[in-house]
Amino acid sequence: MEHYLNLAIRSIFLENMALAFFLGMCSFLACSKKVETALGLGVAVVFVQVLTVPLNNLILTYLLKEGALAWVSPALAKADLTFLAFILFIGTIAAAVQVVEMAVEKFAPGLYTTLGVFLPLIAVNCVILAGSLFMQERDYGFKESVVYGIGSGVGWAIAIVAMAAVREKLSYSNPPAGLRGLGITFVVAGLMSVAFMMFSGIQL
Amino acid sequence: MARLDSPRYTILFATAVCVVCALMVSVAAVSLQPRQKANARLYMEKNVLLAAGLVKPGQDVSIGQVEKFFEGDVKARLVDLATGELAPEGKIDARAYDQRSARNEPGTSRAAPANNAGIGRLPKYGVAYFVMKGGEPQQVVISVEGLGMWGTVYGFMAIDRDGQTIRGLTYYDQKETPGLGGEIGNPAWQALWVGRRAYDEKGAPAIRVIKGQAGPADKDPHQVDGMSGATITSNAITRLTLFWLSDDGYGKFLKRFRERGMG
Amino acid sequence: MNKHHREALLAPILANNPIGVQVLGICSALAITTRMDKAFVMTMGVLLVTMLANVAVSLVRNHTPGSIRIIVQLSIIASLVIVFDQVLKATLYELSLELSVFVGLIITNCIVMGRAEGYAMQNPPLASALDGIGNGLGYGLVLMLTAFIRELLGAGKVFGFVVLPLAKDGGWYVPNGMMLIAPSGLFIIAGLIWLLKTIKPELQDKE
Repeated sequence: MEHYLNLAIRSIFLENMALAFFLGMCSFLACSKKVETALGLGVAVVFVQVLTVPLNNLILTYLLKEGALAWVSPALAKADLTFLAFILFIGTIAAAVQVVEMAVEKFAPGLYTTLGVFLPLIAVNCVILAGSLFMQERDYGFKESVVYGIGSGVGWAIAIVAMAAVREKLSYSNPPAGLRGLGITFVVAGLMSVAFMMFSGIQL
Repeated sequence: MARLDSPRYTILFATAVCVVCALMVSVAAVSLQPRQKANARLYMEKNVLLAAGLVKPGQDVSIGQVEKFFEGDVKARLVDLATGELAPEGKIDARAYDQRSARNEPGTSRAAPANNAGIGRLPKYGVAYFVMKGGEPQQVVISVEGLGMWGTVYGFMAIDRDGQTIRGLTYYDQKETPGLGGEIGNPAWQALWVGRRAYDEKGAPAIRVIKGQAGPADKDPHQVDGMSGATITSNAITRLTLFWLSDDGYGKFLKRFRERGMG
Repeated sequence: MNKHHREALLAPILANNPIGVQVLGICSALAITTRMDKAFVMTMGVLLVTMLANVAVSLVRNHTPGSIRIIVQLSIIASLVIVFDQVLKATLYELSLELSVFVGLIITNCIVMGRAEGYAMQNPPLASALDGIGNGLGYGLVLMLTAFIRELLGAGKVFGFVVLPLAKDGGWYVPNGMMLIAPSGLFIIAGLIWLLKTIKPELQDKE
């Protein structure tokens, strides 16, 4: 149990996808003008992340890894298909996003109107693919990948909501003309990232 | 453009794209795989040689040169970590043995005893590379790994025939903060370990990375300079090194090595 | 080379820079710019993948059913990235270890997708290829500049060669550790954007 708690804390704060690895920056910058939209996107990312990381973990363990196909036939036991990981991961993600979109539309129309615009965007958000790639690189097991999926998604959501909150206030400030818009947003993100580095002192 | 939207055409088109992409990817993967495997092994074995001081940091080493070492003076063997005995030769090819994947397979590993080095599972066998001279082992290179600040740190440590003195160290796979904890990958820092002693008089693992500077190896044999601004990495290195030197790691094997060499 | 082609190639380098102006592909620009060799390999990867993906998408643009457009583009891009990753592992193994997941992340690098969808779908193969190269170069320019500043000030080196001898190795330069941690990339890119927008005031945000 402790191990999973540790992993969750690590993935939310220490290895925050947005502020330690700078992943999903495009939507992080584009959709963080208002807290409300940021929250919507954050929730959608958590949703998809929780679904795709464990799913890709299963694909990796039972289809791609060396010896993974032994359950189909012993003749395939030597096959190593890990080079197909990228394409299958992105396929799963695209499919999962599509399924989630349809499911949300059918069963939770309220949520759909809030998330609607962002859901398709998520397929090409690097946080999602990175979650699966980190899972592969670090050899997470199935349970670990569930925890990591939740943690990395929640971490990113926290970061984008915090960012949006800062930017709402920022719109009253008066930066130099050249820095306005994108430039000052970068500086804010940098400062937030420095602040998040403080968590690296946490020992679990 | 009604033709483009018919379901039949869509499926046909999708299939065609899949076939073309699959062909391209498979050709690349299959034709390059032997070279990738050779590269991965070369990289590992080069680091074994680095730890043993047989090649210099920054030196360009070809596959041929590494092959020559491993066919001659360097002997790869496997150690049963639970007993410290060498595994019989020939059953598993020690050079092709992948400790990392062995550690993850339930059949070839067990849960590690409680430790503070972030090690969850222990493989049944650990690698040991003997460096020979005139048929007698001069030193042995063991593998060390454990949780650093950002992720697992992998390395090799060379220990002298006396089972005590550290002859060299490399960390070949690590993601510590560049410039701070990442200095563990710096040959200059790794060289600080050379000549220091792994165990104290009572035979307990004793080497540690301290805060600040340690004295020269002969005066201050159990301490290594810490990296400034990287206390967490320094402590992690201490913990993982102590773990692998303890009886849970290579401790039993190193005791036997001290007493009986390769016997 | 006519005017249209020249524009496809040159515009994205400065005036319509993918990172600075279009806000695409920033993720990788921050994580791998601690060293110039890493940035260079990444630039090559993005340049080649963008160019080839643009050509491929452009070639089939008139035959692609609209409903599966995005997934077709993704498959093409993902395949190209796998090939690049495989070649990298076979030739520059140690560098591929350091780039780790970031090669795979070229798939979701918005520049590649953005150009395939935004340019190659409407333009013939040659112009698309040039557009791909131009965007790759524009991306590379920002990447290399950032990496240059970070490696020089953070480690006293350029492409791994010592330029400023470090104090701890007997030289005089005390490196700025800030440059090696990720947030410095954000500050440097913010600075570069500021510079770009000061030189070209028409790019400034109007609010």
